[in-house]
Amino acid sequence: MVESLLFLMILGAVCGLLLSFASKIFYVYEDPRIAKVEGLLAGANCGGCGFAGCSAAAQAIVNGEAPANACILVGPENVSEIAVLMGSEAGAAEPLKSYNNCDGGKRASDRFIYSGLNSCSAVTSLYGGKRDCSIGCLGFGDCVRACGFDAIHLGSNGYPVVEKEKCVGCGACETACPKSILEVRTVSQRLLHLNAIDDALAPCAQTCPAEIDIPRYIGHIRNGEYEEAVNTIREKNPLLLACGRVCPHPCENFCRRGIEDEPVSINQLKRFVADMEMNSGKRLPIECGPDTGKRIAVIGGGPAGLSCAYFLRRAGHHPEIFEAMPKLGGMLRYGIPEYRLPKKVLDWEIDGILNLGIKNHTNVRLGVDFDFGSLIASGFDAVFFSVGAWNDYNLGIPGEDLDGCFTGINFLAKIGNDEKVRLGRRVAVIGGGNTAIDCCRTLLRKGVDKVYLVYRRTRKEMPANEVEIVASEHEGIEFVFLAAPNRVVGNDDKQVTGLEYLKMELGEPDKSGRRSPVPVKGSETILDVDMIITAIGQSPLLDFRGKGDRLDGLSITRWNTFDVEPATCQTNVPYIFAAGDSATGPALVVDAIGGGRKAARSIDLFLKGKPVIPQPKAILNKHIPGTIFESVDGVVQKKRTEMPELPVAQRIHTLDEVDLVIAEDQARYEANRCLSCCRLCYNQDKG
Amino acid sequence: MGYFELIIACIFVNNILLAQFLGNCPFLGTSKKMETAIGMAMAVIFVLVVAGTITWVIYTYILVKFGLVYLRTMAFIVVIASLVQFVEMFLKKSIPALYAGLGIFLPLITTNCAVMGVCVLNIDKEFTFLQSLVASFFYAAGFGLALILFAGLRERILLARVPKPLQDTSIALVTAGMISLAFFAFQGMV
Repeated sequence: MVESLLFLMILGAVCGLLLSFASKIFYVYEDPRIAKVEGLLAGANCGGCGFAGCSAAAQAIVNGEAPANACILVGPENVSEIAVLMGSEAGAAEPLKSYNNCDGGKRASDRFIYSGLNSCSAVTSLYGGKRDCSIGCLGFGDCVRACGFDAIHLGSNGYPVVEKEKCVGCGACETACPKSILEVRTVSQRLLHLNAIDDALAPCAQTCPAEIDIPRYIGHIRNGEYEEAVNTIREKNPLLLACGRVCPHPCENFCRRGIEDEPVSINQLKRFVADMEMNSGKRLPIECGPDTGKRIAVIGGGPAGLSCAYFLRRAGHHPEIFEAMPKLGGMLRYGIPEYRLPKKVLDWEIDGILNLGIKNHTNVRLGVDFDFGSLIASGFDAVFFSVGAWNDYNLGIPGEDLDGCFTGINFLAKIGNDEKVRLGRRVAVIGGGNTAIDCCRTLLRKGVDKVYLVYRRTRKEMPANEVEIVASEHEGIEFVFLAAPNRVVGNDDKQVTGLEYLKMELGEPDKSGRRSPVPVKGSETILDVDMIITAIGQSPLLDFRGKGDRLDGLSITRWNTFDVEPATCQTNVPYIFAAGDSATGPALVVDAIGGGRKAARSIDLFLKGKPVIPQPKAILNKHIPGTIFESVDGVVQKKRTEMPELPVAQRIHTLDEVDLVIAEDQARYEANRCLSCCRLCYNQDKG
Repeated sequence: MGYFELIIACIFVNNILLAQFLGNCPFLGTSKKMETAIGMAMAVIFVLVVAGTITWVIYTYILVKFGLVYLRTMAFIVVIASLVQFVEMFLKKSIPALYAGLGIFLPLITTNCAVMGVCVLNIDKEFTFLQSLVASFFYAAGFGLALILFAGLRERILLARVPKPLQDTSIALVTAGMISLAFFAFQGMV
C-alpha cells in the first residue's frame, strides 16, 4: 500500500519534473500576441481567411502576413481589438462572395448517364466529369453540401445559385467544386477581371467589347428578374441606357441562333431592362469597395472616361473627371443626336454614375484652363486620358473655307449644345459612316428641304450601321454613290452654291478586298446645294501637348492617338493610361466602355503597387477557338421581335426618339429565344 | 518465435485494428481522407516505437523489481501521456519540419488505446527488449496499413450510391467489419 502510493508519487513527480524541464529546455519563443489574437478570432477553423485554422491565421496576423481583419467571421469589435493589439488601424476588408460562372447545370444529366452517381466529385473522379464541355457545371450540388452557411441552393435551372446575404466567402464551395465553376472573389476582383480563354463564355459574350455576361442577363429576364439583369449588365457596362439605344450590337452577329434562325435581339433586351429601371423611378443600389484613398484624374468625360471612373470608384478609389465641354457624356451627348439618345436619358444615366461619389469638373480644358503640372501637384496618383476623337478630317479640296461648310462632329456638337447654326435649304453630307448619317437625319429633323449623302463607294461598302442606313432611306435622304467631291462652288459673297464631284467606277479589288473607286474622266457634275458637311472621319485632338511638361514625353502613334499597350491601356509614362477613341481611333461606344474597364484594371494594379501586366489568357475580344459553330442542331425557327419605331411621317419633324422600347411580354418571348449558350453547350429548342 | 513470424503476426495475423479491435476511434475518425490517414499512420508508428520500448524498460526494471506489477496500467498511462507531451516539445524545438508534418495527430495519440494495448501486449507475451521494439514497430505498421486501406475504401464509398440509413459512419463500420473478416484469413498462419 505504502510502496504503491510512494511509487505513483515518485512517478508523477518524475514525469512532472521531466516535462517542466523539457518545457524549459525545448522552449520555443512564441509571440504572446498570437495567443491573444487567436482568442479574438472566431475559432471556427473554417479556413475562410486562407490559412489552416485559426491558430495559423493568428500567427499570420502577428507576423504581418495577414491584415487585422483577415477573419471573415468576427465582428468589427474583435477586428478593432486585434488592430489595437497589432498597433495598426483596421480598414474594412472588401468581402469575398461566391459566384457561379456556369449556367449549364441542367445540361449535364441530359448528355451523359452517370450510372446513378449523385456527386460532382464522384462523376469527375470516375469519368472525368466529361461532357461536351470540359469546363461546365455538373449540377449535382457538391457545393450545396459543402456550404456551411446554407447560402447555396440548386436553382430552377439545376445549377447552383448563391444567396449573397448568407455567403461569408469562406471558400468551401470553391474547394468542393471539381470544375472550378464556383469562384470566391471580391466584387472588384470580379469587375476588373477581363474575359479569359478558359472562362465559360458564350460566343456573344466573347464578342461584346464590354465583355457583358449576355446569356446570364437574358436568363434573368426570362425568369422575370429584371433587377438582377440590370445588375449583371452593370458589372461590365455602366452605360446600359445609352448602349441599349446606340450599340450596333456586334454580339448579335455571333449569336448561335443566328446561324439557323434570326439572332436574338440582345440589345433590345438590354434596353428593355435599362428603361425599366429608369422608368421605375428608383435607382438600384450599386456597391463600392472600401475606400483606398487613391485619387485618379480622368481627363474627358465621355463613355471611356465615365466607364473608367465608374469601375475605379467601385474598386474603392476616388476618380475625378475633368471635362472640356459644358456637360459630361462626350460623344454620347455631342456626337449622337437627340433622336437616337435623348439627353434626359443620358443625364439620368450619368447622374447614377456620379452618385457613387465621383467628383466632376466641367468646362475645363486641359492645356487651356489647367495644366498637367498643376494636376500632378494636386496629388493625383494616376491620370487617365479619354479625350476622344474630336478632330474632323478635311477633304483637302478647294473652297472648303467658304461660308456654309461644316465638319461632322463639329456640327453635331453645336446642335447638341443648342448653339445657333445657320442651316441651308439643300445640304450635301460627305461620307458614309455613322457620323454622316447622324448629320443627315439631324438636318432632316431641323427642317432642311433636301439632304444628299455623297459617298465615293457604293451602299455595300458604307461603314455605317445597316439599321441606320435603312432608317435614313425610309426618311427620304438621297444617296449619291460613287461620287468624289472635287471642289466647293461659291458665289461672290463667299457663300456655298454647289458641290462639284467626279463620278467614280469600281476598279480592281485592292489588298483589303474592297474594290477601290477610280474617277471617270470628264464626269464633273455639280450638285446644287447651299450647305456642305464633311464627315469623313476623325482623329484625337491632342493640342494640350507641347507645353513643355511631362506630356511631351508621351509617345503618339502616326494616327495621332495615344500609343498604349493594348492589353493594359498603359502609355510609356507609367502613371498615364489612355483608352477610348483617343487610344483606338474612332470606334464604338461599347469599345470605349470596355477600354475604360480595361484601363481601370491596370490603374487598380498600378495603385496597389503591383506590376501592370496584361491579364494572362485574356482573349481581348478574340474568339475562343472551336466555340464558333458552322451549324447548330435543335433550333426551331422563331420570329425575332421587331424593333418598334416612330412612323416616318411623325419622326422627321421632331427630335423625338425614333427607336422605341419593346413591351414586357415581347422581352420575355425574346429572352426565351436565347439558347443559353456556354462555350460549347446550349439548350436546344423543345419540340 | 523467429522475428519473421513475429513481423507477420504483428502486421497481419494479430493486426491491432482488425484482429484485436484496438484504436478504433482514429480508425474511424481519421480515415475520411487519405492525406490525414497517412499523417495519422506516421504519427502512430513514431509514438508506438518510443512508447513500446520505454514502457518495456519501466516494467522490467522498475515495476517487476519492486513488485509493483499490479500498478502496470496506471504507470503506463502516466508514462505514455508524459512521453507524448515530451516528444511534442522535443520535436517542436529540434525537428520543426517533422513536427509540422505530424501536426495535430501527435497529441491525439495520447489517448489512443492501440498504443496502450501494444505496450501491454509486449509485456503479456513476455517479449525481450528487441522483440518488443520490433513488435511495436510492426503493430504500428499494421495499424497504418489498415488505416490507409480503409481510407482508400472510404474515398470510394463517398462516390457510391449508399442507401440513406447506411450513409457515412454506418457504411464505414460495415466495411470495417468486412475487412476485418478478410484479415481473419490470416488466422493460424503463425
